Order: sequence, then structure tokens, then C-alpha cells
Amino acid sequence: MKHYDVIVVGGGHAGTEAADAAARLGVRVALVTMRADRIGVMSCNPAIGGLGKGHLVREIDALDGLMARAGDRAGIQYRLLNRRKGPAVQGPRIQADRELYRTAIQEFLRNRVGLDILEAEVSGFILSGEAIEGVILHDGSRLAAGAVVLTAGTFLNGVMHVGPRQEQGGRVGDSASNSLADMLREIATGRGRLKTGTPPRLDGRTINWDVVERQHGDDCPVMLSFLNRLPLVPQISCGITHTNAATHEIVRENLDKSAMYGGFIEGVGPRYCPSIEDKIVRFADKDSHQVFLEPEGLNDTTVYPNGISTSLPADIQERYVRSIRGLEQVEILQPGYAIEYDYFDPCGLTRTLAVRSMKGLFFAGQINGTTGYEEAAAQGLLAGLNAARHARGAEGVVLQRTDSYIGVMIDDLVTRGVTEPYRMFTSRAEYRLSLRVDNADQRLTPLGIALGCVGPDRTLSFNKKLEDLNAARNSLDSGKFSPNELAAVGINANRDGVRRSALDVLTFPDVTLAQIAALVPAVEDIAPEIIEQLQKETLYSAYQDRQQAQLEAVRRDENWTIPVDFDFSAVVGLSNELRQKLNRSRPETLAQASRIEGMTPAGLALIHLRLKAASVAPPRVAMR
Amino acid sequence: MDTIYALASARGKAGVAVVRISGPQAMCSLLPVVGSFGPPRVAALRALKDGDAILDHALVICFEQDRSFTGETVVELHLHGSQAIVQAVLALLGGLSGFRLAEAGEFTRRALENGRLDLAQVEGLADLIESETEMQRRQAMRIFSGELGKRSEIWRQKLLRAAALTEAVLDFADEEVPTDVRPEVLALVGDVLDDLRAEQDGYAVAERIRDGFEVAILGAPNAGKSTLLNRLAGRQAAITSEYAGTTRDVIEVRMDLRGLPVTILDTAGLRETDDPVEAIGVARAIERANTADLRVFLLGGEGDSLPVHPLVDDIVVQGKADTIMADGLSVSGRTGQGVDVLVDRIASVLEQRAASSATITRSRHRQVVDQSVEALESAREVLLNGHEGDEIVADALRLAIGFMDDLVGRIGVEDLLGEIFASFCIGK
Repeated sequence: MKHYDVIVVGGGHAGTEAADAAARLGVRVALVTMRADRIGVMSCNPAIGGLGKGHLVREIDALDGLMARAGDRAGIQYRLLNRRKGPAVQGPRIQADRELYRTAIQEFLRNRVGLDILEAEVSGFILSGEAIEGVILHDGSRLAAGAVVLTAGTFLNGVMHVGPRQEQGGRVGDSASNSLADMLREIATGRGRLKTGTPPRLDGRTINWDVVERQHGDDCPVMLSFLNRLPLVPQISCGITHTNAATHEIVRENLDKSAMYGGFIEGVGPRYCPSIEDKIVRFADKDSHQVFLEPEGLNDTTVYPNGISTSLPADIQERYVRSIRGLEQVEILQPGYAIEYDYFDPCGLTRTLAVRSMKGLFFAGQINGTTGYEEAAAQGLLAGLNAARHARGAEGVVLQRTDSYIGVMIDDLVTRGVTEPYRMFTSRAEYRLSLRVDNADQRLTPLGIALGCVGPDRTLSFNKKLEDLNAARNSLDSGKFSPNELAAVGINANRDGVRRSALDVLTFPDVTLAQIAALVPAVEDIAPEIIEQLQKETLYSAYQDRQQAQLEAVRRDENWTIPVDFDFSAVVGLSNELRQKLNRSRPETLAQASRIEGMTPAGLALIHLRLKAASVAPPRVAMR
Repeated sequence: MDTIYALASARGKAGVAVVRISGPQAMCSLLPVVGSFGPPRVAALRALKDGDAILDHALVICFEQDRSFTGETVVELHLHGSQAIVQAVLALLGGLSGFRLAEAGEFTRRALENGRLDLAQVEGLADLIESETEMQRRQAMRIFSGELGKRSEIWRQKLLRAAALTEAVLDFADEEVPTDVRPEVLALVGDVLDDLRAEQDGYAVAERIRDGFEVAILGAPNAGKSTLLNRLAGRQAAITSEYAGTTRDVIEVRMDLRGLPVTILDTAGLRETDDPVEAIGVARAIERANTADLRVFLLGGEGDSLPVHPLVDDIVVQGKADTIMADGLSVSGRTGQGVDVLVDRIASVLEQRAASSATITRSRHRQVVDQSVEALESAREVLLNGHEGDEIVADALRLAIGFMDDLVGRIGVEDLLGEIFASFCIGK
């Protein structure tokens, strides 16, 4: 029997990151997928990044993952969302050429030493008590492994719906993995159903581009990866059109034929990404919705109409699409469909994404109830790292809410579970001002270097950047200037007698580099991107101070570890409801326990008391 | 280490009130008060003395270090359950060096820190904690089902709306959301700020209840101010002190007026004058009267005009009622005529103010309100300064909503220890 340290099941965004991350740590990895040619396929919209999602992409990149680098190889349009707002809420987003993206991912994986790609269907696991020891393939052969990462995407009991018509499968053209689903039901708890939808794909040659608005990329494009500076391929623009009263009427008349509204689907869909049926029912007073026409590639005429995902029958899809301006003559290449799939309650996972009830098994991606490429990839990365460390007998790696969006996402998932497909937003991060796309490398690359998952190129360029930043920070912070001295170079500061450094005034409105240079001549030798980075840092420093106490309190509570065998049922005084919730998500720290919904101060006090009583052996008083 | 003290029994009228004192100074500092202690853990009847004055005859129990609930030296005073006695004893303790009022749950916290609770005891305490916190919850519900509860829920809703608007603009930049939400956000923040500031004013009143209200008597020379003061003082048995004010020309008399602590200020007569010394006295009188909580204008002879403009609630009264006939309220310090009515009027005004403070007497609430105001101020500043910084506004709103959650007792992640021990009833 062939033996691997880590076996990754699935070749989507979670699986590829997991396999590559594990291999970067130097262990032997196999990525098992039903079709090797479909590794790195973007099943939904041809875009990567955005708000919150862009943060995840940058964090993946900071740990030397694939998504940002592959994205830049495929980026045919770059837009920095919220460009005119503060750096904490800016998110880079690209339109990706599907073919280029897939090619890039496959190339990265092919070149990764220690990583085998196996084309097979996994039909079961090799189990030994409460530990996993490998996988069983469809043909009955077996692969042994120290750890297994399962990234099944939408393939577990996947059912596709086009109107009332249903078909088993994980994606158009791919079959579902049902035997695996059956086996999982024995191992993991809290199975549920979720659904997601796609719009019909259009033939771009049949769109009347002259009558739709155009949306161009940025003049100064911002790359996904810290390693890239400029786009690598030609740039395109997208189109914007709108639904109208006629569109809405067609949809409304045929609601009963929609898989979702006709009652054919039991799964819950995301509120953030409503189908056209949803939009028309829930926002009945709106008579128009935006539709983005996104080209799927430079050499691909397929267009992805973002904003009109649907599960209506194919003929109805054609009718409503053709009611939209610019799409009157459009040909549908592939009808839209909704897909339902199994997920497992992520409360059954630890913060390393390990399945609590089965040693050595890790889950990442949609199986944990998330939606989106970026969310999946970020989990894959962390699960891959932890699987490799598990196989080696090393301790797990946990990212915190205070250090990353990945930490926020995983904490949300394993502490609270999901009620709808989970998508990242910047508003989920309470330390948003510190967790920016621009400092993802400063937050995470040192950790990546320490873990061994960051390659030499990135280590080199990161260390250089850090040196430059420190030197620039020191040089700008060296001298202090009075309001008068600042006024002499044209900088208006409060006449409060406070002396300020050039660093302090860097973020004053309308301050120019020439004025700074008049104070600190050395500034002219500092690279513009370093100055820009310092500006972003100082912009929020005043506001970050007030979060400091809060942050420290959270960190202190993160230090109160709750032992794995801690018996919540034995804590006298906890309500049954709280006990159930605690037993379901089994918080690993006091801070995590405090974030469980419905947790009360009294409940926390009881847990804390027990932890304290267990850790401090009380000096008993002799009773006379 | 401070020595802490608190009323360990329920507030309000009761047969017995227990005051618990814990800390290194508990016994030595109390020795002058109790005269002598009995054997440890045995009750002894003692007269509690503040100087020469006897405050109460109480049962006094002391516990040595390591043999007490907290593990520290502890003294318990079992007083007669009169609010006046309890207040007097607490005031006495507060004046002792190294003594301070215990924070919520501080006794239990010290017990925990000193290793006085083992697992079994913790579990034994669990039921107690649960019932205590349930009591607190009910108490909080009671407070919050009142005016402040309704209002804080409204504040929270408004802040949530403001935050949602701001977050929508930030997180859904590519979607069809309104772009300029700032006017509405600004209005919502402004509304809540106004309300919170009113609350801040409210706890200034709460302080008055503790420290006493000031009532200034103003009037022309010879309007009968001093006679009135003497009458007021003479009628009341509860004069606590009488001394010349910090300014030589303002006389202060502290008294208990219908249960409220009040300091009556007798000021220099107000009139136009060329005498520089008298002018200084007049100026001081006006200044002092302006900072007082309530002013009583005593009119003397005919044609007296008011030298200072009365504020809302200020009382204008005709003096020398025994010699001058007038419409409306008139009093005579000499005969006592109308003084009861005047006292009623003063008391009713002050009681009304005292009532307005009742909802946020707890320092926790006060802290929460202060912090919310600070956060919202910073949000408003950013909103008023151009078009940038939505993320900073959102951050401030998130903080403020967190504070509101604290106010209504939802769990926050801020300071767990504080949260935990706030769940324990004070003095337990």
C-alpha cells in the first residue's frame, strides 16, 4: 500500500491550497481528484477578490499560497474596490481568465516537489478506532496517510436543479460523490444542506455591446500578490446592463417553475448572493437590478452575467435574459442552475480545522458551510499546514481574530456554526483597522517563515521591505518640529505647542512630499511605496490605541485554555441550552467561549471558576 | 492592598444590616471605632463610635487572616437596619485611610485569588451565583424595563441603523446601495449623543444625592435671609455643622431636608454699591448662587428687583410675611409663617431632580455612558470633517454598540474578569 504523509481529497480552491501548503512544509502529499484536468477550475463567476475576500487572498499570499499568484497570471481586469475610502476597507479584485487561472494552478502544482496528483474517486476512509489512516479508492485500492484533508466542495450528495428537472452531480459535467457522503455521515455530525446558484452563461458574440455601459479597470492597477507589480496579460473591460419591468414580470409569472420557489430545494441559500427569483420576491419595489457582463477569458467568448443566478427552466431563462437591454439576441451557452450539497456543522471542528471526532481528518471549503473561492482557499491553506504538522506529530497552527481575516473566519465557523453559506465581509473583523490588505505580509509572513511554508523568494523580498520600512520609519520619526517650524514649510498643525515628527504629519490632509522633504531631506531617498505604506500605518494609529485595552483583554482570555477533556456537562449552574451549545462547539479558550451566542456573564464565570480552581491548587485550611 | 468594605445585606429598610470589611487594615483601623474586639468568630456587642458620637450599638465579629471567607482579615458589623445608620457607618469607613468601597464581586474575587475556594466549593457556589445573577438579571430588567431600558434600546437601535448604513457603504461598494448615507448617520449619532449627555447630567444629580444639594438664599440686604436661615435651621434637628464658608461672606448650613442632604447658603445682600469690599462680597454671592442647585429669592421691601435672573425651578418668595402682605408664597423667618410651604417647595424640586438620577447611579452605567459619548464624539468629528473615514466611523459605532450591550447586560468581550465579577453581588 502506497503511503503519504498527507492526502488531499478534491482539486478545487481548498484542495489545491491544502496540497501545496502541505508540500511546502516538506511532507509527501497526494492530491486525489476525479478529473485532474479540472484542477483549479473556477466553477462560478470569473472573478477573485473584493471586499473581505481580497483580504483573504492577500493573507493566503502572505503565507505563500497559490491564489494571488495564479490570479495575477490570469488577471484581465483589476479594480481596487473602495479605492476612494480608507486603506482598511480597500479590497483588490480581478476578473480572471478561467483558462489562464486553471493553467497557472496546474503548473504550480506540477512543479511542486513532493506532491503527486492522482486521478481517482475516493469512496471511503481507512479508519482505526477514532483515527484516520488513509483513503479507499473507487477501484478498491488503498492509500495510507498520516492525515487526510477533505475538500469535497459541492460534490457531497450534489443535486443540480434546472427548473423542476434534477440531476445528480457536483458541477455541470461532473458526478457527485455519494458513497463518500454516506461514509461521512457515520463519522461527522451535524449534516445539513446548503444551496448555491449560477446564472446562464452567454455567448458574448451575440451581445449588443454598443448599448451597454462599460466598466473599465483601474488606471493604476493593484495586484493580488505582494510579489507582483504590473498586470501580466492584456486588460479588458466589462459591461453593465439592467433588468427591467418586463424581466421581472417574466420571472414573477414563472416562480412556481423555479426549483427554489417550487419547493424542490431544501437547502438554504446565501442572503448576500440572491438569485434573480429572490431579488424579485424580496425586493418587490425595485424595478431594476444591475447585471455585470463579465468576459470569462481573453480567448473565450463566454460571458458570465453576474447578478442573475437562477434555477428557472431553460426556456424561461432565455425569455427573461432576452428581455434585458443589450441581450435581446443573446444565445445561452449553458443554462443557469442551482446546486444543493451536504455540509457538516463546522462547530465539530477545532480551530486547526481538524474534525474533533476523527484524529487526522481535516475539512476545508464548502463542506464547512462557506461559499466563495477565497474562503475555501484560505481554509485549505490552513488545513493543509495543520495536516502536514499533524502527520509529523507537531502542534497545530491557530490564527486569531486579532491577527487575520482567516482567524476571524475560522473562529466564526467553529464557534458559531453557520445558518447560511458563510461569506467574508470586512465588517466581520472587529479589528478591521489593523487587519488591512496592505499589511497582510507584515501580519503573517513572519509566521509563514517560521512554519517553513514561505519560499526563499518571498522571504527575501519581505525582509527587504521590512528593512526599508523600519529605516524609513526611523528617519521620519527622528526629528520633532514645533507648529511654527511646520508652518515654515507650509504644514498647518494645531498651535498646541506639541512637537511633531515628519511621521506624525505624514497623514495630515494636503501635506506634500516636498514639504516633508523640507523637514527631512532623506525622505527623497525613500521609495514611494514605502512612504505610502507608512501613511497607511499612521492613518489609524490614533484609533487603534483605543482598541488596545480591548485587544489585550481578548488576548488574555485566549490564554485561558479549556482542556480538550473539559466536561461542560459537569459545570453546575449552566443552563441546558448553554451546555448544549458548549458541547457542540467545544470552545478551546475562554475568549472563544465568550463569543458563543447566548453566553451569559454568569455562565462564563462558572467556566472560569472551574478552570481557575483546576489550575490553582488551593491551600487547604486545616479545620480544627 | 486596599481594605474594602461594602454593605453585604440588601439595601433598604431591614431589621439588621451587615457591613463587611476585608483587608489588611480591617481590624487595626476599626479598633478606635469598636473599642475592642471579641475573640475571633464570636459575636460581641459594641458601641460604634465616630469620635465621641455613638453611631449604633452593633454586633461585631472579626475573622483572622486565612480563617475568613476572603482569606484576609475580615470584620463584620451587624447594624440596626436604618439607612441613616448604614450611611453614617459607610461614610466613617470611607474616611479611614486605605479603605475604599468594594467593587462588584470583589470579595469573591479576593477569595478566589487567595485560594479560598476549591472545586467543590466553586460548585457549591454555583447555585448561589446562579441565583445571584438571576437576581441581578431581574434587577437589571427592573431598571431597564423603566425609562433607561427603553431609551438604551432605542439608542442601540439607532446606533445599529447608523452602523448598518455605514457598513453597507463599505462592504457593498459594488452593489446598489445608497452612496451618501452620512446625513442620516450624522443625525442618528447626534440624537444618541444628545440623550447620552442628558444622562451624564443625570448622574451629576446622583452625586448631589450623595454629597448634598446646594440651595442659595438670595436677596437685598435686610430682606430677612439670615432670619429665614435660622428659622430653617432651628426647625430642623438634623443640622450637622455650621461654619463660615470658604468665603468669609457665605454662611453654609448643612441639614437634612425631608430626607435629602441639603446645604443652605446664606449670601451677602445683593445691591449696587460703591464700597469695594462690599462689591466683592456681592460678586461672590452671585457667583456662588449661580453654581448652587437651586436659588431662593427672598424679596424684601416693595419694589425689590431681582439682581440675578431666576432659572427654571428657582423659587421667588416674599419675605417678612408678618409685616408685608403679598400675593403668592410669602414667608416670615421671625414667625415661621409659610416656612413649611417653602420647605415643601424646595424638597419637591430637589426630589424631582433626585428621581431623574435614579436610573444611572451605578458607576458601571456611568462609565459605559462616558465611553459611549467619547466614541460617538469621535465618530461625529470624522463625519463632520469631509467625506473620508467611514471605516473610522464604523469602528467608533462598533465600540459604542458594544458599550450599549454592556449597559443592557449582554455579554461583551472587553474585560472578562470585570464581567465575571460584575455578576457577583457586591459584598457576597
